[in-house]
Amino acid sequence: MEYEQIEQRARRREQTRKTLTYFFLSIWALIVLFPFYWMVLSSLKSYSAYNSEYIPKFYTFAPTFQNYRDAFTAVPLGRYFTNTLIFTLATTAIMLVVILFAAFAFARLDFPGKNVVFALFLALMMIPNELVIITNFVTITDWGLRNTFTGLILPSVTSVFYIYLLKENFEQIPDELYKAAKIDGTSDLKYLFKVMLPICQPTMVTITILKVIECWNSYVWPRLITDDEAYFLVSNGIQEIRENGFGRENIPAMMAAVVVISVPLIVLFLIFRKKVMAGVSRGGTKG
Amino acid sequence: MENKNWKAWLYLLPAIAFLGVFMVYPLVDVLVYSFEEGYNSASQTFFGTGLYNYSYVLHDPYFLQAVKNTFILVIITVPVSTGIALLISLGLNSIKGLRDLYQTVFFLPYVTNTLAVGLVFMILFKKTPYSDGLVNLLINWFGGESVDFIDGPYWAKMFVMCFYTVWVVMPFKILILTSALASVNQDYYNAAKIDGTSRWRTFTRITLPMISPMIFYLIITGFIGAFKAYSDEVALFGTDLNAAGMNTIVGYVYDMLYGDSGGYPSYASAAALILFAIVFTITVINLLISRKNVHY
Repeated sequence: MEYEQIEQRARRREQTRKTLTYFFLSIWALIVLFPFYWMVLSSLKSYSAYNSEYIPKFYTFAPTFQNYRDAFTAVPLGRYFTNTLIFTLATTAIMLVVILFAAFAFARLDFPGKNVVFALFLALMMIPNELVIITNFVTITDWGLRNTFTGLILPSVTSVFYIYLLKENFEQIPDELYKAAKIDGTSDLKYLFKVMLPICQPTMVTITILKVIECWNSYVWPRLITDDEAYFLVSNGIQEIRENGFGRENIPAMMAAVVVISVPLIVLFLIFRKKVMAGVSRGGTKG
Repeated sequence: MENKNWKAWLYLLPAIAFLGVFMVYPLVDVLVYSFEEGYNSASQTFFGTGLYNYSYVLHDPYFLQAVKNTFILVIITVPVSTGIALLISLGLNSIKGLRDLYQTVFFLPYVTNTLAVGLVFMILFKKTPYSDGLVNLLINWFGGESVDFIDGPYWAKMFVMCFYTVWVVMPFKILILTSALASVNQDYYNAAKIDGTSRWRTFTRITLPMISPMIFYLIITGFIGAFKAYSDEVALFGTDLNAAGMNTIVGYVYDMLYGDSGGYPSYASAAALILFAIVFTITVINLLISRKNVHY
């Protein structure tokens, strides 16, 4: 009898704990999701409706897509978008080639001084971007590459960390495979692309995703290197929109632009959810 | 063999070239800049070498304001975000249903453009003639007075800045701590259960020591990240952070380099090196503390 009571009490306590846990997690989920909800909601309100709400409403019965039309016509959002796309694709593609060759050299080839060079590479990982960006700004300006894609892309096409990540992965491929390929007369380059690359595809995908996120959100370097609107990326574009876009306080149109900018990465994330999260826990840092 | 060496260097050439031009050379150059006094970027001349740039930066009220802001931000957000992330991860670890859903939702801020979403935060917190904004509405419901969090008093601006920073850094911390918790060997918990160990004791004696390396990793990266805060502030307060009184050290570096108050790479270099020294010192202190307290 008493035993049953104790068990019941334990069960009830377990139930309370569970409820509290869910409650707490839901509160944080609400804090995370609310800004997203608010930006979508505000982007669907008409300009006059939004400005007449002294007390903001949590819903709208008259959604309008006018703000999205404004976002693409009143400001060059489409161009910011294309620029970002070009920048992201070009940077990621060039970087993948550069790190692929470097990682291959470190993992598979033997040459004098290899360990020294690799140690120097690793030492570079500790250098914060803030320290080198000043000179890079001067260099790119001196080369006359301000307001060009080349100037935007060049400084960010190598990453020591990704070389390191890929090299570690390459080294897990057994040596015998390489020797067998050599006996068959396969060239290094062919071996790299036909054997190593397919085996290390997951790592390449991880690196690609992380780099795409980084490029899509990059703000500081593009801001320094472009002052011509024709070369603005979305981050600079949104800042420009905030400061001089749409005239006085057209917040719904601003929110429409924010939605358009946010959607691609969120979609990418929802598709590759597992890969993105695994990749970030292996090699991501932000904050 | 000779041929092969030549080939290996060829594979490395692109990486070495890019790193050389955009990392190694700048590293030397930034030191040189920081000691060149009165450098003029238009004529590329300077009239002396010495510590004047450092002294100028250290006496600049804008820089001191930036240092103050950055330190407050670091001291508040690192413990708060790590603590809440730990609580959330413990919660996530103890539930089964909906876990994937919660994890996905919690990760969302990581994949958003901080400039864009910062704008949403600004609108939620801003008080305009047309509307007090949503946050003020909530404050009014609970009987408080409206405050302008974007152009208002210092503490209010600081609050928004910290709140947004925590919001942005949380996904990474939750992700790392959840996987750390999941990798703790279940045998320890089973053993504790058989011994009838209380939950609190299990947490402090098993869970915490087992995940302490990851907590310290997050504290160190958190410190480094928070010291480099910049774009979140731009998103909330606009590009003229000095006028808003909310500049950060990194923001000071960029303002010195470029923009309306820019054109002084020497001051920017000195400020960047001071920042590097601060971050380096704090990282070393962290590592020393962790060596004493972390269970590996």
